[in-house]
Amino acid sequence: MLTHSRIQGQKGVQGIIIVNSEGIPIKTTLDNSSTVQYAGLIHQLVMKARSTVRDIDPQNDLTFMRVRSKKNEIMIAPDKDYFLIVIQNPSD
Amino acid sequence: LIKPADQLELTEAELKEEITRVLTANNPHAPQNIVRWSFKERTYKPILVIDQLAVHFVMEGSLVHQDSDEGRRQMAKEGHNSVMNLPFVGFPQSSPIEDRPDSSASKTDKKELKITNQFNFSERASQTLNNPLRDKSCHTEPPPRSNFSATATQWEIYDAYVEELQKQEKNKEKQKAIQTKENDDKSKKIMLMETQSNDVTKVGKAAKILERMVNQNLFDDIIQDFKYFEDESDEFRGQKGTLLPLWKFHYDKSRGLSVTALCWNKKYQDLFAVGMGSYDFNKQGHGMLVFYTLKNPSFPEYIYLTTSGVLCLDIHDQHSYLVAVGFYDGCVAVYNLKQKGAEPVYKSTAKTGKHTDPVWQVHWQNDDMDNNHNFYSVSSDGRVVSWTLVKNELVFTDIIRLTLNGVISEGPEGAQQPYIACGTAFDFHKQIDYLFLVGTEEGKIHKCSKTYSSQFLETYDAHSMAVDTVKWNHYHPKVFISCSSDWTVKIWDHTINTPVFTFDLNVAVGDVSWAPYSSTVFAAVTTDGTVHVFDLSINKYEALCQQSVVAKKTKLTHLEFNPIHPIIIVGDDRGYIISLKLSPNLRKEPKVRAVQSFQTRISADLQNYILFREDKVMPDIHYSGPTKHGRKQMAH
Repeated sequence: MLTHSRIQGQKGVQGIIIVNSEGIPIKTTLDNSSTVQYAGLIHQLVMKARSTVRDIDPQNDLTFMRVRSKKNEIMIAPDKDYFLIVIQNPSD
Repeated sequence: LIKPADQLELTEAELKEEITRVLTANNPHAPQNIVRWSFKERTYKPILVIDQLAVHFVMEGSLVHQDSDEGRRQMAKEGHNSVMNLPFVGFPQSSPIEDRPDSSASKTDKKELKITNQFNFSERASQTLNNPLRDKSCHTEPPPRSNFSATATQWEIYDAYVEELQKQEKNKEKQKAIQTKENDDKSKKIMLMETQSNDVTKVGKAAKILERMVNQNLFDDIIQDFKYFEDESDEFRGQKGTLLPLWKFHYDKSRGLSVTALCWNKKYQDLFAVGMGSYDFNKQGHGMLVFYTLKNPSFPEYIYLTTSGVLCLDIHDQHSYLVAVGFYDGCVAVYNLKQKGAEPVYKSTAKTGKHTDPVWQVHWQNDDMDNNHNFYSVSSDGRVVSWTLVKNELVFTDIIRLTLNGVISEGPEGAQQPYIACGTAFDFHKQIDYLFLVGTEEGKIHKCSKTYSSQFLETYDAHSMAVDTVKWNHYHPKVFISCSSDWTVKIWDHTINTPVFTFDLNVAVGDVSWAPYSSTVFAAVTTDGTVHVFDLSINKYEALCQQSVVAKKTKLTHLEFNPIHPIIIVGDDRGYIISLKLSPNLRKEPKVRAVQSFQTRISADLQNYILFREDKVMPDIHYSGPTKHGRKQMAH
């Protein structure tokens, strides 16, 4: 089973978005408007975070990010050309 | 007075009346109320000043003044008048030395005198034909523009340098290697394909990380328990301990298979291997080799399908990507986890000496003198075989043949074949390399040496049924444990022929294992689904913990302690692997006395409990204990 579909099948996972390096979502399980919103906003956040990490030490790089909020948790894992976003509701 | 006839007749009074007549310059005939339209005020406005000129007589004449240009021209045309000539006659009579104007005047004698007129000039212009104007324009494409913005941060500069360095290295390599044009084309094609594919599978690595994160969230409480939970009620429980169930690992496609082997990875201590197959003689099908990590309990990390059921496996201590597997059909195989592929890198076949019966145990050994990896296998066909990985193939060497009598008689003429015993388990001594134990189906345990292939060093009549597991103690160099389906677990000292301890568990015992942190703790699993944990330093006769961890009717098949974490994994015959955390009472390490060193202390501890052998003096043996890191892990 593809990792992608396995994650989707896990409990509490609300959606998965795969965004390419320019910030354009290429695959998603959410509706269009949410996807575009998430992709745009999170793209900026990841770029900023990555820039921060690498400015401190250029040999370092961002591995993953978690943004935990009251209602859900957004997990972001950047890759070389893409990054994956998973929105999960952990309290389930 | 002559009165005209129509003169007005007036009286004398009227005649003397003075009538004033005024002479004005007004023209009586001029209109007095001329009105003109004023565009400015958009009304008709009366003109106040009216022209009073009265013209009485106008006659157009044709007279031209004789001094005017026109007059002169006319006279010039008609010839000179005598009147005109007279003033000019005087001039030519003057001396010729006189100025130019005179001479020019003399020239103009024939013509008239031309005087430049500063005030009266005429401008002559002529309108030439103007070329019609035409407007021609050409519209070009504007040069393509694009907006470029970038940030110059330290890491971007660093990246640029690194790329540059890599390019240079690549160039060097290309220069060194002989590359044909075809190779270049192929590589170009490959490059193109890579950049074009917008594939979802490319996010593999990130997806893996995310999956683990999601699992971490889901199993958050279990992870917290695993790391931090210590059962405080252990203090009140006396010596007993408990096992806290943690994760349960299961793979859907392994339905119908039971867990036949478990092994922790020494290097990555959260990774463990599970061999799946079937112990049932009638139901032999395919098998599986599955790897799980504690970080992702939902799905295995590596999956290998095998044609025959897996019965045993072992992960190499140093090269933790090499896994040796023994199958039910007698083959052995070596898998390389680093390589992508579903097939093992080495596999034994009938030609290369595979066993003729199921292989019950495999064990990696130290590299031989040629630095080739090698491992041992034991099987029901009575052979203990050493397999060496030489280049691409497995080379086998029979180490020993197990026989019922214990001795292989060499070449008696026509003598019967010595009965072959079936080996079911073996274990190698931790320190003494050549020494190993083999358990057989007949219930005997043989102590053998790698170098002596014809004789056993010793034989122990261990059990009444097949020996399922035999294991050396991690610390004590003389002690080993064995278990069997005859319901017993026995602890031996290899110098003594009879067991030092015997534990009867009332149910067939599937597997037994020493704890890596203590020389006196061991655990056993039984077919009624119970895990028994013993600590000889605390209680020599009873288990500290007897806990049922699975539903009834599920048999537990194998058990393994994690090298550093205080957990054990237990496999059952339905293909599930359950991880359990040992409560503090079960993890007690022997107390260290200041005088003796830690290492010798442990062995001495165990020795002390072999009460009736106290007369033997323990030599000072040095061997490695757990690492500092491992001790810290266990100490919490």
